[in-house]
Amino acid sequence: MSVVALSNVNMTFNSSSANKTVALKEINLTIEPGEFISLIGPSGCGKSTLLRLVGDLIKPTAGDILVNGKSAHQARLDQDYGMVFQAPVLFEWRSIIKNVMLPLELRGYSRTDQQKRARELLALVELNGFENHYPWQLSGGMQQRAAIARALAIQPKLLLMDEPFGALDEMTREYMNLELHKIWQETQTTIIFVTHSIPEAVFLSTRIVVMSARPGEILHITNVDLPVPRGEHTREEAAYFETETEVREWLRAAKQK
Amino acid sequence: MRQAISLIVLLLLIALLWEGLKWIGGDPWRAKKNPFGLTHTPPLHFKVTSDLNLPHIWDIAAAFTNPARRNGPPLVGILLNAAIFTFREAIIGFIFGGLLGLILGILFAHSNLLERGCMPYVVASQTVPILAIAPMVIIWLKAGWVSVAVIAAYLTFFPVTINTLRGLRSPDPMALELMHSYAASRWAILWKLRFPAALPYIFTAFKISATASIVGSIIGELPSGIRDGLGGAILNFNQYYISGPSRLWATIIASAVVGIVFYLIITLIEAFSLRGRKALADNV
Repeated sequence: MSVVALSNVNMTFNSSSANKTVALKEINLTIEPGEFISLIGPSGCGKSTLLRLVGDLIKPTAGDILVNGKSAHQARLDQDYGMVFQAPVLFEWRSIIKNVMLPLELRGYSRTDQQKRARELLALVELNGFENHYPWQLSGGMQQRAAIARALAIQPKLLLMDEPFGALDEMTREYMNLELHKIWQETQTTIIFVTHSIPEAVFLSTRIVVMSARPGEILHITNVDLPVPRGEHTREEAAYFETETEVREWLRAAKQK
Repeated sequence: MRQAISLIVLLLLIALLWEGLKWIGGDPWRAKKNPFGLTHTPPLHFKVTSDLNLPHIWDIAAAFTNPARRNGPPLVGILLNAAIFTFREAIIGFIFGGLLGLILGILFAHSNLLERGCMPYVVASQTVPILAIAPMVIIWLKAGWVSVAVIAAYLTFFPVTINTLRGLRSPDPMALELMHSYAASRWAILWKLRFPAALPYIFTAFKISATASIVGSIIGELPSGIRDGLGGAILNFNQYYISGPSRLWATIIASAVVGIVFYLIITLIEAFSLRGRKALADNV
């Protein structure tokens, strides 16, 4: 069973008013378990909108969205996915461990289970030792890692990530890419990843969905045939550069459209 | 620590300005019981700095220890009892007003209709002078500490309502999306996100309200004929101002101290409640 199935999804904002915006047009996409899908495209092409539709944070104007075979709404109620935003959105009044415990707390886990699970996750994102720090005491990259730990807390089958590393510097971003790749491999989670960065998309993904400028449509899907596990060496392989070039050309086409 | 030092320096500067003005333009002055006959006649004469309008600081200080009435207890004892009495009224008013403000803020934050419908009345309530409301409250509820507390609550609830509403609406849209992604209930969103995010705003309101509740209590005491509080003391020493201006000044200082103490108590609770947060860490 596919993790996400989008069929004929359309999204129009302010559909009744004069300044209506067609954000997404006829999106069809099926994502299989364990895939790492990157959404890439010009600004305002509706990548984030697509992610929010899958997460049931907004409702589509038309079309069907199935997550784990259920409606997106039911999947949200069942906590089938975790979400990571552009900003870490950690609660400043909670220590790091308490932030990671939040989704478990909302699900009614016992206090000891919450703490045990949160500690495991902080170890996974290499934040052990920072349990009792407050968010402002951590660097941007560390905060975003805590946010990833929080998103993984309820062991979702699907992780939705909306430009999670957009605000980080290049060095930290490359390091975070390695970390995320490792987490993806360890947890076997399906990931949908919105990004602006071609190298990031190529390094992480199994498939890259190139979207066109508004109205957002799927222009092309690039398969990334790089062996896993990937590491520093991947960035020097010929196949890596070829894929990068392919995506870059499709993106150029996307902008001209 | 730095705050304490700057406070003391500021108090010294005010004292210096006070006595300096009296030195230049006050009444002629001679030290009591001094063998050298030390006297000072200011070169100018301003009406505002006369001993009646602006008593010497040492006279005000002495007023605290001198009996307010012949053979009575020292003024400081009377003022202390009055301050405790007024403080009690103010705290009760503060708690009621604070709770009302919190409840209104939470209701308004969840219903635009309610906010639009009720907010004009909440604002209007604060444009009516408290001096006009106070006698009516006393007629309705009978003269006593209950009516005084109600008047204090009347001044307290408004800043709490406004700031609670604002604070509850302060979370980032992404934080709300995060809570929605967890399928969190309204109740969970209120207690785990909105309320903690609103706390710094609420404490700002509490600080304003703490001092306002003292003022409300003092004003409430005046028409209710309560003589045990600071309001009563102010009224009393006002009537005998000509014979002892320093006693009224001493009462004013006592009232200010009560307000400051209440403010400091709120600040301490705030520091405890918001421990760990960045904004506070910056202040220390």
